[in-house]
Amino acid sequence: MSELKPMSDNTPSSPERRRFVGAATATAAGLTIAPGVMLYEVAHGRSEDQPASSAVRWGMLVDATKCATGCDDCVTACSTENGWTPVAESKHPKQAPQWIRKLELQDPLTQMETNLPMMCQHCAEPPCVDVCPTGASFKRADGIVLVNRHTCIGCRYCMMACPYKARSLVHEPLNDTQKPDVPRGIGCVESCTLCVQKVDRGDGNTACAEACTAAGHNALLFGDMNDPESEISRRLRELPTKQVRADLNLNLGVRYHGI
Amino acid sequence: MKRLLALGAVVLTTAALAWAGSDAQPKSSGAPKPAITKAVKGERCVEDNDYMRRNHMKVLDHHRDETVLEGIRTKKYSLKECINCHASEKTGSVAAAKEDFCVSCHSYAAVKIDCFDCHSTKPQGSIAMHPLNAENTHYKHKLAAQANSKVSAEEMAGVAQ
Repeated sequence: MSELKPMSDNTPSSPERRRFVGAATATAAGLTIAPGVMLYEVAHGRSEDQPASSAVRWGMLVDATKCATGCDDCVTACSTENGWTPVAESKHPKQAPQWIRKLELQDPLTQMETNLPMMCQHCAEPPCVDVCPTGASFKRADGIVLVNRHTCIGCRYCMMACPYKARSLVHEPLNDTQKPDVPRGIGCVESCTLCVQKVDRGDGNTACAEACTAAGHNALLFGDMNDPESEISRRLRELPTKQVRADLNLNLGVRYHGI
Repeated sequence: MKRLLALGAVVLTTAALAWAGSDAQPKSSGAPKPAITKAVKGERCVEDNDYMRRNHMKVLDHHRDETVLEGIRTKKYSLKECINCHASEKTGSVAAAKEDFCVSCHSYAAVKIDCFDCHSTKPQGSIAMHPLNAENTHYKHKLAAQANSKVSAEEMAGVAQ
């Protein structure tokens, strides 16, 4: 769990060395330069002028056994962070954008209930990217699937292609209610961005996962799936996890335990 | 007769035109010039004013592609930083009112901006973080409440004595 490994464990391979350097930087960054002021930029190794790297693959582990009935803190946190109106408050709930939704499932035979959040699964082979006629739907180098709103024409092919119903179209003008960090607007498709603004800032966590931890459920874990030392990789190694619609062979960035 | 009628018509039209001309506003030199207010924050722009007036859209376009596609979020040429500096003191926005920085020029040049269909026109962060606001803006009401309570406490003491 600890990021710093003993030196004796250090193999000569370069990824190991990179991880050690990364851990050292993270430790240095943890030092406060003034009370309440942290060196955020170096906290996760990528400075703001560096492009997202394919050495990283951001992903999320959802532990459905810990996801609580009736709790939708992750949904609320997402709407607060990204500035979309919660469905309950929307004038048109049927067409309101949903970046993440809470599902409560019941097995009809055994009556067993399962809770889980469903959102963009950040596929390695995303069908939404395949079908987009303008190239607006794209996968960033670090595995985050996004919509470039500058080229999105709102045709909604991606919404039809997505097996997870993860995408929404913004039907109404937003009238300057957007967050400065999260531009979004009428006529464009949108979905979970794995809080890309937070990732680029170096927060290393998403709003939903933060809220889940704050609520004490710890059902959501965000991290780098390419880094064998990361908490998410460790848990993925230990826990039996599933990909939703694994038959589609999309290699998802969001994995579920306990479904 | 026909000639007379035609002449009359011509005379009437000329008179009408002349009347309309005299009634119109005195002609100024072109359309009203845009009101370009100095940025509230910062001493100078990331490039010279002349360069920015002609090329701001090019640098913004380039930067937006780098940011969206690659995740490069440098501050120079970032629209967010433009807004942070140029938001007006009155509205706290670059495009809410006619005199606001982006709108005043763009309405003069008759070029529609659709940046703000998606982008917020207001500076980032809480209002307290914006230089427009004094450092204690976000808890001014608390200070005021404290001040009030102090006065009332003294008054109360006076009443008690």
